[in-house]
Amino acid sequence: MADIGSFVVPAMILGIMIHALCHRVDVYSAFTSGLKDGVQSVFAIFPALFALFIAIGALRASGLVELVVAWISPLADFVHFPSELVPFALLRPVSGSGSLAFASDIFATYGPDSFAGRAVSVMMGSTETTFYTTAVYFAATGTKDIRHTLKCALIADCVSMAVSVAVCRFYY
Amino acid sequence: MLNIIWAAMLVASFVYSFFAGTAAEVGASVFESCTNCVSFILKTGSFMVMWSGFMRVAEESRLTDKIASLMSPVIGFVFKGVNRGSQEAKLISSNLSANMLGLSNAATPLGIAAMKKLSEKSRNNVATNNMCMLAVVNCASLQLVPSTLIALRSQAGSASPADITVPIWIASAITVVFAVVLTKIVEGRDRIG
Repeated sequence: MADIGSFVVPAMILGIMIHALCHRVDVYSAFTSGLKDGVQSVFAIFPALFALFIAIGALRASGLVELVVAWISPLADFVHFPSELVPFALLRPVSGSGSLAFASDIFATYGPDSFAGRAVSVMMGSTETTFYTTAVYFAATGTKDIRHTLKCALIADCVSMAVSVAVCRFYY
Repeated sequence: MLNIIWAAMLVASFVYSFFAGTAAEVGASVFESCTNCVSFILKTGSFMVMWSGFMRVAEESRLTDKIASLMSPVIGFVFKGVNRGSQEAKLISSNLSANMLGLSNAATPLGIAAMKKLSEKSRNNVATNNMCMLAVVNCASLQLVPSTLIALRSQAGSASPADITVPIWIASAITVVFAVVLTKIVEGRDRIG
């Protein structure tokens, strides 16, 4: 069952290609124009990513991450949450680039196929940059009072983090 | 907000490193991080570029519209007063299907358009229940192919970079259902005025 994922990317590509050919889409020019967009969006995140790679690299090298992890671990152990993932979980709703840089740091420290590596992947994949997303949507409509939105979204984030860890324990 | 967080991370690391005796490591890490980030962009970024190419093919063959139409029965159930076939329903389902395919460039403008349409019913800049719901659902990510993560994991030397896909589906599905139910419980009646 663990291997279903490995078929997702090739199956998606094949499905998209067949569907597009059946609909007589000019696949080559669509693909290349998509690449152009992709290059632009990668360049768009580059400055933020660079800044956060440096900050998280420094945080890790200084030993501050370990200090925070050691400090928080009694509480994290109490709720059966891996303490080495707490700093990531705190940064996740605030910064997309930051959490990407942090995930990369956790892969480098513990390995992508370790429990921490897998759990951080699932957390990353099942949550969003909550503060950014709500800010973008409500700024567009000029909404001043967003009522229960942030509360619900942040509680959902916490649940998502806990569920991610639980699913990893159960699945692997 | 990121202004303070970023500065705090950097300053705290440097200050702490002087006390912990790790100043040399922190100094070295700065250079390492620069090359790490560039290699991230080259390796993971190149996969993101390729994926965005295929996603454009999917978009132009109207695959997103198909997924959107599969989703429309759920929309009326989650968003009260949004009728099937209405413009709001179309925008919301296109926004969610673009999110599912990881087309964030397309998803955000669609989401904003949906939000603006929904906000026509709001008074005094107070969000309606449906507006809150749309934002919450957008914050609970639902992605069919976690392409960036797969690329990042494969760059980090994972033996099976894509084996996180099914756990992500399970975790996202549970989260989305939870988020919708929670929002429904908390929302109460729309405040008009």
